[in-house]
Amino acid sequence: MSAYFNEMYDTGAVRPPYARLRDWMDAMPTELRNLKQAEAEALFRRIGITFAVYGEGGDPDRLIPFDMFPRVFAHDEWRRLERGIKQRARALNAFLSDVYDRGEIVRAGRIPERLVYLNEAYEKAVAGIRPPKGVYSHIVGIDLVRTGPDQFYVLEDNCRTPSGVSYMLENREIMMRMFPELFRSNRIEPVEGYPELLRRTLASVAPEKCKGDPTVVILTPGHFNSAYYEHSFLADLMGVELVEGQDLFVEGEFVFMRTTQGPQRVDVIYRRIDDTFLDPLCFRPDSMLGIAGLMDVYRSGGVTIASAPGAGVADDKAIYCFVPEMVRFYLGEEPILENVPTWQCARHDDLKYVLSNLPELVVKEVHGSGGYGMLVGPKSSKEQIEAFRAKILEEPEKYIAQPTLALSTVPTFVEEGVAPRHVDLRPYCLVGERIELVPGGLTRVALTEGSLVVNSSQGGGVKDTWVLAE
Amino acid sequence: MRLLVDHVTRYHYDQPVRGVVQSHRLTPSRFAGQKVQSWEVTVSGGQRGGGFRDGAGDWVQAWSVTGPVSEITVRVRGCVDTMDLSGLLRRHREAIPPTAWLHPTAPTRTDAALVDLAHSASGNGPLALAHALSDAVADAIAYRPGTTHAHTTAAEALAQGEGVCQDHTHALIACARVRDMPARYVSGYLYATDDGTPHEASHAWAEVWVADLGWVGFDPANRCCPDDRYIRLGSGADARQAAPIRGIARGNGEERLDVTVAIEAAQQ
Amino acid sequence: MLSRTASNLYWLARYMERAETAARLLEVGARIALVPNTGHGYRNEWDALLRAAGTAAPFAQKYGEPIQRNIESHLFFDHDNPSSVAACLTQARENGRIVRTALTVQVWDALNTAYQELRELERTPRGELSLARLTDWTTRNTALVRGAIDATQLRNDNYDFMHIGYHLERADNTARLLDVKYYVLLPQVEFVGSGLDNYQWMTLLRAMSAHRAFHWAYGGEVTARRIAHFLILNPQSPRALIACVDGVNAHLERLARGYGRRTQAQSTARRMLAQLAETEVEEIFDEGLHEFLTRFIDEIGALGQTVHDAYLSGDIR
Repeated sequence: MSAYFNEMYDTGAVRPPYARLRDWMDAMPTELRNLKQAEAEALFRRIGITFAVYGEGGDPDRLIPFDMFPRVFAHDEWRRLERGIKQRARALNAFLSDVYDRGEIVRAGRIPERLVYLNEAYEKAVAGIRPPKGVYSHIVGIDLVRTGPDQFYVLEDNCRTPSGVSYMLENREIMMRMFPELFRSNRIEPVEGYPELLRRTLASVAPEKCKGDPTVVILTPGHFNSAYYEHSFLADLMGVELVEGQDLFVEGEFVFMRTTQGPQRVDVIYRRIDDTFLDPLCFRPDSMLGIAGLMDVYRSGGVTIASAPGAGVADDKAIYCFVPEMVRFYLGEEPILENVPTWQCARHDDLKYVLSNLPELVVKEVHGSGGYGMLVGPKSSKEQIEAFRAKILEEPEKYIAQPTLALSTVPTFVEEGVAPRHVDLRPYCLVGERIELVPGGLTRVALTEGSLVVNSSQGGGVKDTWVLAE
Repeated sequence: MRLLVDHVTRYHYDQPVRGVVQSHRLTPSRFAGQKVQSWEVTVSGGQRGGGFRDGAGDWVQAWSVTGPVSEITVRVRGCVDTMDLSGLLRRHREAIPPTAWLHPTAPTRTDAALVDLAHSASGNGPLALAHALSDAVADAIAYRPGTTHAHTTAAEALAQGEGVCQDHTHALIACARVRDMPARYVSGYLYATDDGTPHEASHAWAEVWVADLGWVGFDPANRCCPDDRYIRLGSGADARQAAPIRGIARGNGEERLDVTVAIEAAQQ
Repeated sequence: MLSRTASNLYWLARYMERAETAARLLEVGARIALVPNTGHGYRNEWDALLRAAGTAAPFAQKYGEPIQRNIESHLFFDHDNPSSVAACLTQARENGRIVRTALTVQVWDALNTAYQELRELERTPRGELSLARLTDWTTRNTALVRGAIDATQLRNDNYDFMHIGYHLERADNTARLLDVKYYVLLPQVEFVGSGLDNYQWMTLLRAMSAHRAFHWAYGGEVTARRIAHFLILNPQSPRALIACVDGVNAHLERLARGYGRRTQAQSTARRMLAQLAETEVEEIFDEGLHEFLTRFIDEIGALGQTVHDAYLSGDIR
């Protein structure tokens, strides 16, 4: 037995949520499995899902490996997670409302002033502007890992435009097509309502100037973007237009899209482009992706932008440490989900600790993503550790460190049969007039034996994620 | 003093453009030092867009012009009563905390020379230090129109030792930041008296955050603090962000700009 | 719908049709080249073809000699030539990818498969690819895409924009193909009505897969006037200019009904159609076939511009 929590087998016995999967697994000969795997891949190719998740870049025509063995949560396990995720999403939005208004949490000395106001993602241009319903982050993606039956940790928050939700939907679709019997023998909560829920969430935050049924659009950087498929997939399922910056223009107090029947007013823009590209008049003047004048319309209440410009200040890796504090400060509650203990190399004492414990720690760049520029101490050679030590010493403020977490494993189909592989989880919490969470999310799996890195650019795959009904 | 403003900006495009969008900071700030008697902004063929008070306390007004159009005239006319508050920005409401203004932008980024310049100044207390910084900038950069351009950075202006009010202001913002004092760019109008005081009627200066006093204006180009000859319009982290008119035209027409500003003191 | 979506659908269709024309041009050239050269000066048949395709200058610059292999490269494989089969198919597939959700699975499949096979062809040694295989492959795939569109797309404005694209492009292309004759023969008046002349006209018909239809409609004898009538004025002939303009007109009318509003495009198309309907073949030859075609190409280009301004530019109010 390894030191890792296996979500299917607990000290040898099969844990209840996985009980019915055991027979299914045992009854599947290798040939059938290979056949099914090929079928799944053909389905993916056909649908055209070939994009990178989490802004990892890379070949846009690449398929991310899909593992057919599902990851399962019992009803009760999920209810607790759900409460924790919603709590966190509420706190993050409360924080954003506060720092763009009076900054009470800073005045109260609970978060260092400079960490907030000198943060790259703090946007002066939206200070004092209250977005409809006070919501800044409408889709909060919270990355979770599990280390034991009841231990979950939040790895990071994504308040801007978390990607990958199309995998959640497609993985389910493909599993249902290939293994309908599994869905008869297990009572699995559906996730297919997500696009409609997202549309309703966005419609619920339409600006006050909008009378009647709001027009929602998705704004994409364009068809060269690696996540273009996800954008077009979501737009299609939501029944809204997928627009590029060139399709929109500002006139008077509103934003319009160019249609074959003349200008049509747009009320809510779900943007999948970064703040700095939104409006060349307000931000980067060289942006070709944005809409000139959009920010003035937004700030005068003519259109809603989701997520709100400036929302990124809540999901910064340095701010992350203070999220539990936000939960206490704004909600007066104890955090249900824990943070991973984090050492900030910018702090002298933390740096000292990090440098003397490198072989046990995971060190990350504050602004890095995609699993690059990162040291996994226990998996690294002496030389690698020493090389990284030099990098940290050069610019300590660029790094944070966390203990190496014993990520849980889930059985996964591999060359030799079925074997445990490490997983994480990204659920997508929707925040509008109400706060909603579909029962499920994206499970990423490290396909390489022993690997703790689940990023698709580093050999990661994806799994369908089940929540069992009561 | 009662000041009369007539400010005309003409945009010509060598071929018609599909449309123009503008964002104006052309309304006098609301603070104890000035009181608007009358004020009107017109945009030829323009449609008034949304207006709002931004985090820095400025009134931002959007405009759009639907093309094809090859000439646009923006005219500002008004009358403002001003008072000399020795540069103090009293009773000005804003949402952005001073600390946020310590963030550098491209034109106000420091180099070794700016850091040296900032450390060459000394003063007893923050107000005296701010004065000293403003003087240091005025000494280091001579007022010489035509020697710099719209995109000259503070570091470049200091290196060549000459520039205009925009360069002075960028340099002062950079130096103040070195001394950990938040600072920002202010755009407005200046009534030029006949005593030989130079300058463009369309003017720029800096505000530095002085603990206990709040924002205080400094005009290195004229070696003074703004008084009743000044009309404050708006602020930003640098010249671009504080620009009274920001605009973008859709289309291929090449833009030509023509500006006239007349500031007069009303006989009272 | 978004103007950009309409524009992508419209151009998808135009590029598919244009790819087909490039293949047909190749076929005409190959067939004309099979008969002995008329022996008069520059009148190399391949050269004539490039002139008709409007790419003689860039071709000469890149390849020099107009020999068959180079022409094949130029008209089929060359991505520098925006009218080559490869360039057009790639562009059409990209237009389709951008508006993927406006297409049915069947249309996307047909389009994507053609593209994947094209990449396969590009990797195949040229020695293994006969010209006939290339042209057949192209016409088969363009037909598959068109068939998928007709069989599966909803009859909404998406459908109209695709068909406006198809018909405008086809009108332009038929006029250009017809004009090949002008470049090949002019000014050898003595050949008019000769066996060689008829052979060339027949080749043209074959290239448009229309020789059987022609015989069905006109019986035995092939004359320039009959062919002109067939390819310009006979509404039964699917490539005839009048049929193409009729198609553009019909789909513009559908749009106007659906949108409840008419534009300049409808009146221009209707006027063009009325003029063609009243034209006699004698008038065309009085004006000069080349002159007539040149004028038509300009007019159809102007109609395309009008459609662009009215629907695709996004500038209408």
